[in-house]
Amino acid sequence: MDITIPVLILAIPLFMFLLLGLAGVKMSHKLAGILGTLGMGTVLVLSYFTAFTYWFSGSPDFIAGTDRLQFTVFNQTWLQFTPDVFNEAGELVKNGLAIKLGFLLDPISALMLIVIPTISFMVHLYSLGYMKGEKGFQRYYAFLSLFSFSMLGLVVATNIFQMYIFWELVGASSFLLIGFFYTLPSAVAACKKAFIVTRFADLGFLIGILVLSFYTNQLDFLPMTQNPSQVLADFGGATFMGASVLTWALVLIFTGGMGKSAMLPLHIWLPDAMEGPTPVSALIHAATMVVAGVYLVARLFPLYMLEDAALTFITVVGAVTAFYAACVACAQIDIKRILAFSTISQIAFMMVSLGVASKHGEAIHEGLGYMASMFHLFTHAMFKALLFLGAGSLIHAVHSNNYTAMGGLRKYMPITHITFLFGCLAIAGIWPWAGFFSKDEILSACYANSPFWGVWMTVVAGMTAFYMFRMYFLIFWWDEPDYAARVKEQEAHGHHASMPHESPLTMTIPLIFLAIVSFCCGWIPFGKLVTFDGHEYHIHIDWSIATMSLVVAAASIAFAAFLYMKKNDRPARMADSCRWLWTAANRRFYWDEIYLFITRRIIFDGICKPIAWFDRHIIDGTMDGLAYVTNSLSVAIKGLQSGKVQMYIWWYLIGAILLGLITAVCIL
Amino acid sequence: MDYSQFLAMKQEIGLLVVFLLIFLYDTFSTPKGSRHVPALSIVLMGILTIAGFCPHASATSEAFSGMYATSPVMGAIKNILNVGVLIIFIQAVKWANSEFVAIRRGEFYELILLTLFGMYLMISSRHFLMFIIGLETASLPLCALVAFDKNRYESHEAAIKYVLTAVFSSAILLMGLSFVYGLCGTLYYDGIASICRSEFGVMMAVALAFVMAGFGFKISLVPFHLWTADVYQGAPTPVTSYLSVISKGSAAFAFLVVLTQVFGSLYADAWEWMLYALIILTITVGNLFAMRQINMKRFLAFSSISQAGYIMLAIMGDNPMGWSALMFYILVYVFSNLAAFGVIGAIENATGRVEMTDYNGLYKTNPRLAFTMMLAMFSLAGIPPFAGFFSKFFVFTSALNGTGSAALYVLVLIALINTIISLYYYLLVVKAMFINDSENPVATFRSACSERVAMWVCVAGIIGLGIVSYVYNYLLNVVY
Repeated sequence: MDITIPVLILAIPLFMFLLLGLAGVKMSHKLAGILGTLGMGTVLVLSYFTAFTYWFSGSPDFIAGTDRLQFTVFNQTWLQFTPDVFNEAGELVKNGLAIKLGFLLDPISALMLIVIPTISFMVHLYSLGYMKGEKGFQRYYAFLSLFSFSMLGLVVATNIFQMYIFWELVGASSFLLIGFFYTLPSAVAACKKAFIVTRFADLGFLIGILVLSFYTNQLDFLPMTQNPSQVLADFGGATFMGASVLTWALVLIFTGGMGKSAMLPLHIWLPDAMEGPTPVSALIHAATMVVAGVYLVARLFPLYMLEDAALTFITVVGAVTAFYAACVACAQIDIKRILAFSTISQIAFMMVSLGVASKHGEAIHEGLGYMASMFHLFTHAMFKALLFLGAGSLIHAVHSNNYTAMGGLRKYMPITHITFLFGCLAIAGIWPWAGFFSKDEILSACYANSPFWGVWMTVVAGMTAFYMFRMYFLIFWWDEPDYAARVKEQEAHGHHASMPHESPLTMTIPLIFLAIVSFCCGWIPFGKLVTFDGHEYHIHIDWSIATMSLVVAAASIAFAAFLYMKKNDRPARMADSCRWLWTAANRRFYWDEIYLFITRRIIFDGICKPIAWFDRHIIDGTMDGLAYVTNSLSVAIKGLQSGKVQMYIWWYLIGAILLGLITAVCIL
Repeated sequence: MDYSQFLAMKQEIGLLVVFLLIFLYDTFSTPKGSRHVPALSIVLMGILTIAGFCPHASATSEAFSGMYATSPVMGAIKNILNVGVLIIFIQAVKWANSEFVAIRRGEFYELILLTLFGMYLMISSRHFLMFIIGLETASLPLCALVAFDKNRYESHEAAIKYVLTAVFSSAILLMGLSFVYGLCGTLYYDGIASICRSEFGVMMAVALAFVMAGFGFKISLVPFHLWTADVYQGAPTPVTSYLSVISKGSAAFAFLVVLTQVFGSLYADAWEWMLYALIILTITVGNLFAMRQINMKRFLAFSSISQAGYIMLAIMGDNPMGWSALMFYILVYVFSNLAAFGVIGAIENATGRVEMTDYNGLYKTNPRLAFTMMLAMFSLAGIPPFAGFFSKFFVFTSALNGTGSAALYVLVLIALINTIISLYYYLLVVKAMFINDSENPVATFRSACSERVAMWVCVAGIIGLGIVSYVYNYLLNVVY
């Protein structure tokens, strides 16, 4: 394949970032927004072209026999750590360890080439309306471009170190975008929290990379994943603290994924990250960046298959997270927080699906779980972006994040209402919306591995339907607050205010587009495109499981309708009857408090303060001492540079003689 | 005699042609026509530089019964020097057209080309007589260049100091070589390499020490460096930048050739430890003096002394990677140091001010110059992602790549501590420009077009070499 287009896919967003970042101040808001959107539109076309070429051209470049190839478009050495080893005849014996930058095309990176530009473009378009008139509009678009660049670089990485570099870049752009409203203390706190938590997790990732590359002496994905037995041989059965070193490496690498994908117990940053502008939440914290952890595991899946312990770890973490997040989502008031927890729960679905996809080194059902996970990643990106953008439209209309300020909005915002309903149906898994298909695959994969996980995840799926429709009914039905009175009150305070109204076209077009996609993308013959081993996989819906999950979802929706459709006191009574549970769920089971206790009381007081003392007195003392010695030495020898050329020659001679003495001593 | 062997010296002959063309033009042109000498020099030098990159220019070959040899590695280092000289030529245009210099500006370009010819010979020689001819060809015209500002007292003083020390060091070097000749009976590099052994004892030790002292003078290693500060300060700025970059770079490469290919068998026995001591002294003493300087040129003189110590680290490992690390270091050093000298020269030409306090508040009046200077300082200090970080990184790696003994780790550690000290004084300049306030800052001025072009090239080099890995990989490939 020609490398121009892949290079452009990465270069355009980077160029847009530089252009808008450096010259944006001199542009009008409108120009900056349109430039950014056009740039992303071009990337959209180019990456669609690339992905479609990969899947549908039938070219032998990509297809060997009936298998899809993993295809490296280019792979440039960026930093050679150890030189390549050649034998006497000049043939390459062993590759040295090198960091490369390249572009890898395989089913999942092609999939991401569809997902990222689509969502990113929609968000660019949507933001034209949503962010209108905000201070720093150009900066916002510059950051969006930076993020798109980093995320695209991450998914096409040919080696784990390139992935790590872009992994940190998406972290940095996420930090910048969460803290976009940097005058708000809460936004600043949230962006710091997100950065610190994910960076902490990335430490594990880095150690994992180092361990892996130490044993395998390479960083490239393809040699590792195409020949996992060689990796196993490289590790040679080394063990550490009772588990094999390979398991340790894989679990450590997964830790990075846990941080980015907000798995328990590193999930705490994601709900707070909702302080960022809502389109950013849709792009980064729902559709793309947060699934990087899933993508990472999928990328290295052949290695994970080698170690059941690592896979079990992933499954357990995912299942617990899914359940936990679903519980918390049932008791939140802020609609963006509800969506955040639902995101955590859904990503956990993908993780579980990967975790159950293999047992004893064999892929179950030809890697059904793997395929299902990627399928869900795709559909989830679409409907979750839709839900977030819908939430943004609501917030735009009522200027509040809480559902208590909403209610009965279906009359005022018909487009938002219908599209939001589509999103809810999709995530609840109602036929024929997209979520039904992908969730059904995941549940089948769980049952195929063990009925326990199957039942567990079915329960969580039911809870998903419940909390989503709880939110839906509370926003669009329930009781209508007195909007007119509120407007009057606001105007009495001299604020500009108006009745809730539908959002402008730039915002509703992405909503409609994504609603259509969420409705029909379940019909995509996904098994033909993205599979574990490149073979075609025939999706057949297991109707016993499908019926069960449909019944559970329908029952949950009915229950939600019973509680929240018309204003009544049943929800309040229910909450009263087990107040402690409701409070605990509302406070997210006190994870933040636990973290604060650990960081403040144990780490700060117990560890950091002594270290700070050590730093201030011992280390600084040493440095001051060093500086003092340096300075005194400098004063002491300044006479050497006397300006007298006779002295220079004397010193020269003394130096030569001393050198001779050293040599003489060495030689003799 | 087979005259075709002259063809091996393509680069030397090209340089000579360039020199002769400029010389003839300068001699026979009217005073008015001599205005075009700088432009002509730049164009011809540019052609020579580009021609140097074509693959046939430096194919491996020998001439004159093996007294002269060339190879792609030597071609690469000559190209690096060419690039540096080209930048200096561009930088010097405004200075060369200034009132007192204009009448003899041709000589500046001619003398520089002559010394460059000498350096080519130093690099390519495989026989010590050839080497001495190259060395002297490179040294004597430099004395004239240092004294180029006839009207300035400091320039004279610097030239005298340079001549005296240079002559003395040549004497010492020749004495060392005569010992070598006495011990080995030949002056061919290969001949000496096959004969010399540590069993020769004290005579060998003295010979080696004297040879190293001779090189130490050219590269300004401590304690053979004392001339450096006075000469750098006194010489006209373009000459100073030439001395600090090109002269030093070529000598460092020649030193690498001599140590590894002539005295390679004495590595572990002798010169490893001599060089060890020299490196520690050079880096540390250079830093200690640089901290206290208030004159920018003098400051850069000491900084260049400590940089020389880092360059020597590449020789320390005695392995092929050292060759590419050394060349890469010199290349990066060319861009970084010339950027710094470019700014100093521009300010000197415009206002005549060279003290560090004159740079206070420069950012407010001349933000671009301040920015260029900042990049140069960052690169010299080795702050990523600028090129200087990578050049230091590769030099350290190559030093540890050979035997990797504990002593070498200690050496690299000392070098690392010294980078922290160097950070202090490099940042002093940045602080002066960006933070310190001044009641009398350098007034806003527009530097000449030539100066700006040269600075852009340097900035591109500093940033580009930090990002584009191709250059280092190219050098690595040339060596292996």
